Amino acid sequence: MIRSALITLALGLVQLALVLILSPLLLGIVSRVKAMAAGRVGPPLLQLYYDLAKLARKDAVFSRSTTWVFLVGPLAAVAIPASAALLVPMGSGRGPLGFTGDLILFAYLFAMARFLTVLSALDTGSSFEGMGAAREVAYSALAEPALFLGLAALASFSGSLSLGPLLTAAGQGWGVASGPLILVLAGWALVFLVENCRIPFDDPNTHLELTMIHEVMVLDHSGPPLGLVLYGASMKFMVLGTLLVKVCLPTSGNPWIDWPAFLLGLGALAVGVGLVESVMARLRLNRVPQLLVVAVLSCAFAFLMLLLQPVSK
Amino acid sequence: MLASLFLATVLIAALSGLPGLLGKDLDGKGAARLLALSALGGLGVAGATLAGPGWALDLAWSLPGARFTLRGDALGALFLMPVALVPAILAHYGTAYWPDSEHDRAPTLRFCFGLAVAAITLLCFAANAILFLVAWEVMAITCFLMVASEDRDAEVREASWIYLVAAHTGTLCLFGGFALVASARGSFDLGPIPMGWASGLPGTLAFLLFLMGFSLKAGLMPVHVWLPVAHAAAPSHVSAFLSGLITKMGILGLVRVMTWIPDPPLWWGGTLLTVGGLSAVLGLAFALGQRDMKRALAYSTIENIGLIAMGLGLAGVGKSTGNGTLVMLAGSGALLHVLNHSLFKSLLFLGAGSVAHATGTRNLERLGGLLKTMPWTGALFLVGATAIAGLPPFNGFVSEWLIYLGAFQSLPGWAWGACAIFALCLAGGLALATFARLFGITFLGEPRSETTHLADESPQPMLSAMKLLAAGCALIGLAPFLVFPVLDRAVSSLGPNLPYLRTQASPGLLSLVNALGLGFAWIAWLSLRNMASRPSGTWDCGYAAPTSRIQYTASSFAQLLEEPFRWALWPVRHLPRIRGLFPGPSHFRTEVPDPVLDRGLKPLFTVSSWVLGWMRVLQAGHLPIYLLYVVLTLVALLAWTLT
Repeated sequence: MIRSALITLALGLVQLALVLILSPLLLGIVSRVKAMAAGRVGPPLLQLYYDLAKLARKDAVFSRSTTWVFLVGPLAAVAIPASAALLVPMGSGRGPLGFTGDLILFAYLFAMARFLTVLSALDTGSSFEGMGAAREVAYSALAEPALFLGLAALASFSGSLSLGPLLTAAGQGWGVASGPLILVLAGWALVFLVENCRIPFDDPNTHLELTMIHEVMVLDHSGPPLGLVLYGASMKFMVLGTLLVKVCLPTSGNPWIDWPAFLLGLGALAVGVGLVESVMARLRLNRVPQLLVVAVLSCAFAFLMLLLQPVSK
Repeated sequence: MLASLFLATVLIAALSGLPGLLGKDLDGKGAARLLALSALGGLGVAGATLAGPGWALDLAWSLPGARFTLRGDALGALFLMPVALVPAILAHYGTAYWPDSEHDRAPTLRFCFGLAVAAITLLCFAANAILFLVAWEVMAITCFLMVASEDRDAEVREASWIYLVAAHTGTLCLFGGFALVASARGSFDLGPIPMGWASGLPGTLAFLLFLMGFSLKAGLMPVHVWLPVAHAAAPSHVSAFLSGLITKMGILGLVRVMTWIPDPPLWWGGTLLTVGGLSAVLGLAFALGQRDMKRALAYSTIENIGLIAMGLGLAGVGKSTGNGTLVMLAGSGALLHVLNHSLFKSLLFLGAGSVAHATGTRNLERLGGLLKTMPWTGALFLVGATAIAGLPPFNGFVSEWLIYLGAFQSLPGWAWGACAIFALCLAGGLALATFARLFGITFLGEPRSETTHLADESPQPMLSAMKLLAAGCALIGLAPFLVFPVLDRAVSSLGPNLPYLRTQASPGLLSLVNALGLGFAWIAWLSLRNMASRPSGTWDCGYAAPTSRIQYTASSFAQLLEEPFRWALWPVRHLPRIRGLFPGPSHFRTEVPDPVLDRGLKPLFTVSSWVLGWMRVLQAGHLPIYLLYVVLTLVALLAWTLT
């Protein structure tokens, strides 16, 4: 009893430390890959760490229109990926605090972060941030069903309602149910890109407020709160990326293989995102919902395929 | 003992408004105290019923077929908890919100309020069809009188008529349903019905009648017509009462029907699930289109009732397919949502009432920036908005989580569960948008009109009522394990041999993750606490003189999400007309009328009243003509008997 509690505690601390320490590196890899693909040298791999250190030392500027709600968004942006990191399995087959039904909490935690970000955007009273907030809630309302239908497909495949066993079973399922897994992976990859505001849905580097979704919501944040927003975004990238990596990776049961494989998988995901951003342009805004519907349909088809062809495990 | 305590509770509630009616109770402070006393009694009865084996009371009654039968069971006790607690809080709010000095109808309103509370308290345990219908009718009529409180306004008169027509159509359906049940059981006593009845013709008919009758009260689509108009027209604490408790009586009826039937056909659960899913998604789509705060909240009530119906539908499917875990999870999700919704929806209606009280408008396009002038009301409204959007760490998440678990649980055997999951998460995304809009447009940014600048924070009784409700939302959200034993007891009546809820879901770890999230947020706050900051204007992208008029509006915030639902919403667009080389000022406006009421029922009733108007030729009102009718009838009868 005490031993298993200690193991859980250790696992939780390891996962939390990994997310806290490694996540800015992933975004460094993305921008390095983009630079290399464009034939540039690009910023150093650790650029985001430097940025965060710089922002932490700066003063903040607050609009006179804002209230305490303006600060709640950045706090949630960091706190929520950190707590969600305790639900997902990383190198092992289970999340440290995993329980039956944690997949719903996982999705709704990120919804809470989105809610508070949207409110802190509306708090400035700027029409640009209002516009970004409206887009964010509209597109996430379409992205959420894709995530959940994918979870439903994997839940009926694995017979579990906890992220740990569910994702592990999916990783072991290649060969038995490759078709549905590919469809879920495709749908989730789109959800991953829209949730992390990457091209083709959103461009984190653009300065044209009218075309942005997420970035426009944090236009008014500065100094340490902006640092928290950027840090939170990188943590979200890593935690949501874990879902994709675990679906792709079979688990061997040997921690000396599984943990390095998982970290390499995350690196590969960052490289993949960098490549997608290099070869694609940002979609026209009215095309975004269509691509999200494709994600929903892809996950729905995966569910139907598993239904018509029950897999014996 | 418990029965006498319960009857005393009902009696105190019923008489709470009487001193006010006699002019002895200024602003209803005494009525609020009496209701608080009856709330204590009600909670005591609920607690003792849940802890003990239950109780019964059976008294003779001179009406034919009727007996005054009460059966104290765990299910009724669960409904009794909000029914006892919330009205006392609302009455406390009402002492400051509807004082005698501003409203001459206030004593009448409080008298009706007390009677309505007594009626719904009785409904929780009523075990005789006639008693149930009598209490039901008292509830309907007192609510009609409360909705009509400000009947100098034509809009209010129309709303109260719509409510009365809807309520009585529902009661008519219930007459049919209870008559069919009585013929199956042989008496008007309510209780289990023999196997096999449900799948026959009488069972089918009874189910449809009950579904219609109880949905009309609960507000499921497409028979939700009275909710938006009545909730907007009534005083806010009455809106909270209607939305938080009266609609729940429809749910109570549906749950009771489920407990009587040992073998419901699969399509019963499926129908309830479909109707619930449609109400959940479309209710929010309509809420997004509203500019009136209280109308938006009323449509969100339709959504929440939809979620509860989805939970009940899933539980019904579980009962039909013999999946006890599904019955347990979905059933307890639905019942917990009944409790939760009565807390956070009351909180939100009270918040909307405070805003309307302070600014004189409910129109979102004229509000804004209220968090600075009404900090407490704003913070408490935010708690309610977060809870109702189903976001952790508040109570709305816990009940939605249980319904989700039920939907996932149904999957291996019943693939339609995937549609339930789809509807649930679509509703989740839309709820987030609706309540981000409602809170953000009202309380954040800059004021959109002059009156909003002048708003003052609400007085203490209004704030303390809202604080109590918000504390309830936070308590159930952060410590859901407190309510799990209650759910275990209450849901066990839905089916035989159900597993324990605590073996199927682990609220402890849920609380732990929520607590850790709050802890992390606190650590992040510590890191910000000592930063240096300076004030400035909002970054305006180069505009030299930003005004509050260039803020994003409520309508534009909703526009992107309304687009995919145009097939259901049928929004009306008033487009600007631009003519000539130098067009004058113009404006663009969209609004979302209720399609069932404004496009379906109202034209239908207009046409039918025109057609029936021709019948008035026969009813001219002259005595000789009626005498002529009598003579003609006699002659006709004579001719008929002779041939």
